Amino acid sequence: MSEKVLMKGNEALAEAAIAAGCKHFFGYPITPQNELTAHMSKRLPKIGGTYLQAESEVAAINMVLGASAAGVRAMTSSSSPGISLKSEGLSYLAGSDLPAVIVNVQRAGPGLGGIQPSQADYWQATRAAGHGDFKLLVFAPSTVQEMVDLTGDAFALGDKYRMPAIMLSDGILGQMMEPVVMPKDSIARIPERPWAACGHGDKREHNVINSLYIEPPVLEAVIKARFEKYRLIEEKEQRCEEYLTDDADIVIVAYGASARISRSAVNAARKEGIKAGLIRPITLWPFPTKAIISRIGNAKTFLCVEMSMGQMVDDVRLIVNGKRDVRFFGRTGGMVPTPAEVLGELKKIKGGI
Amino acid sequence: MLTIVCGHYGSGKTNFAINYALDKAKEGKRVMLADMDIVNPYFTSSEYSGILISNGVKIISPTFATTNVDVPSLPASFHSIFETNDEVVIDAGGDDVGATALGRFSKKVKEKGYEMLYVTNMYRPFTSNADDSVEMLRSIERTCGLKATAVVNNSHLKGLTNASTIIDSLEYAKDVARSAGLPLLFSVVPRSLIDQLPKDEYFYQADVYVGTIWEKGED
Repeated sequence: MSEKVLMKGNEALAEAAIAAGCKHFFGYPITPQNELTAHMSKRLPKIGGTYLQAESEVAAINMVLGASAAGVRAMTSSSSPGISLKSEGLSYLAGSDLPAVIVNVQRAGPGLGGIQPSQADYWQATRAAGHGDFKLLVFAPSTVQEMVDLTGDAFALGDKYRMPAIMLSDGILGQMMEPVVMPKDSIARIPERPWAACGHGDKREHNVINSLYIEPPVLEAVIKARFEKYRLIEEKEQRCEEYLTDDADIVIVAYGASARISRSAVNAARKEGIKAGLIRPITLWPFPTKAIISRIGNAKTFLCVEMSMGQMVDDVRLIVNGKRDVRFFGRTGGMVPTPAEVLGELKKIKGGI
Repeated sequence: MLTIVCGHYGSGKTNFAINYALDKAKEGKRVMLADMDIVNPYFTSSEYSGILISNGVKIISPTFATTNVDVPSLPASFHSIFETNDEVVIDAGGDDVGATALGRFSKKVKEKGYEMLYVTNMYRPFTSNADDSVEMLRSIERTCGLKATAVVNNSHLKGLTNASTIIDSLEYAKDVARSAGLPLLFSVVPRSLIDQLPKDEYFYQADVYVGTIWEKGED
């Protein structure tokens, strides 16, 4: 049997989580992420883990909080409306400095929206996952292989920084099939969690996991310390992939499935003599500001392509800070931009340069 | 004739069913493709109705297929597959779960007479050996109340499929058929690879229809 296997994005992500030592999964079904929960329900009981279909998304995220507080790697997954329900728990996880992985296989919103793919939860993931001052690590896979690799990273960095991490996928990536190389189960190295509230037989002081602080000055100090950690993460953990950006007049910025579409458009544009390139953020928080800044010199125009009315484009505009034109092209409501439509936008921009 | 195409999800059932229906139409037969996949939200044969219709294949889709509505249901027109003299190809949903919808019609299917092709792919982790693949087949047979009549080897790695991908799967295909006690009908291969494959095996040349929007370009 060859090293490569053919996997659906959702099941590959589930299998990668197991390989990362996650044996505790709590979820509630929703399209288009159902294969993920279904896979966990088949696999976890066979390896001595816990798969629990909770009574609601709110219950599931709080079970994740409890499992993480007890010191194990835990995960939940859902799609857009379900993530909104989890927002209370996300805020409590962040306020309790607990690592956990939360998967969002995005579908169209707002409200019940629809089951077709979307990227309209960018603001939610990077800015407003819940109430209060906090950040989450946000990973944006764009291949089934990255659904695997970034899941391992989400667990590792979540543990390293003691904070929740979001895998911000979308319906296309969740449902599509691609050849992948799966990690070996044995590679999972789970760090010690001396802070965990687990049984210790009175051998040490009790660990308390809590997000309530009675004294305002103490809470302010805790949040400030957390933001110092966030600043360090912004310095060290930005990730992106650049494609043909060295000589690009027009730099597309796109993540996830939109980046795959944009890459096809860049190739088509190059054939027509348009110098286009692509910056593909792999981490959405921390956003790859350094890469964008490094291209402001050469690029004449930036073009953000998203399956939304324009959300990530705000971050690009903040970074570019008026020095270059930043355009936007997107489809929404479950509609997916085509490579031809993105090429059309590139031609329009080229005409105006 | 009623041909049911079943298999593990990701085995490539839908792409094979589309090819099979189009080829029957090319032979001058009247063909109807019934998409019974009410489990998968995307990448179902209903998404490819354009190419099917333009080649003279009738398609019957689940009521809200390809829309934003998540209410799996089959239309009343589905019953026409039992009345027609057309060749009928049924694209069943993946796994035993997907084949459940077929169970409701098992009596009528048996009355009409059918062949049921079990599509298997060695590169899918849950059907990567004969034992696992036959276990999958048996669970599909149990839920739909129908028995497979032949095995179709559709081992592939999507865009990375080359001649050795296929050649490496030929023994596996025979093992699956032997363990299942069924004939191996053929191995499905991309049309472009046929010259690189052994001459003494049965191959079915297929085109690739199912994929993402960028796979149809160049990516």
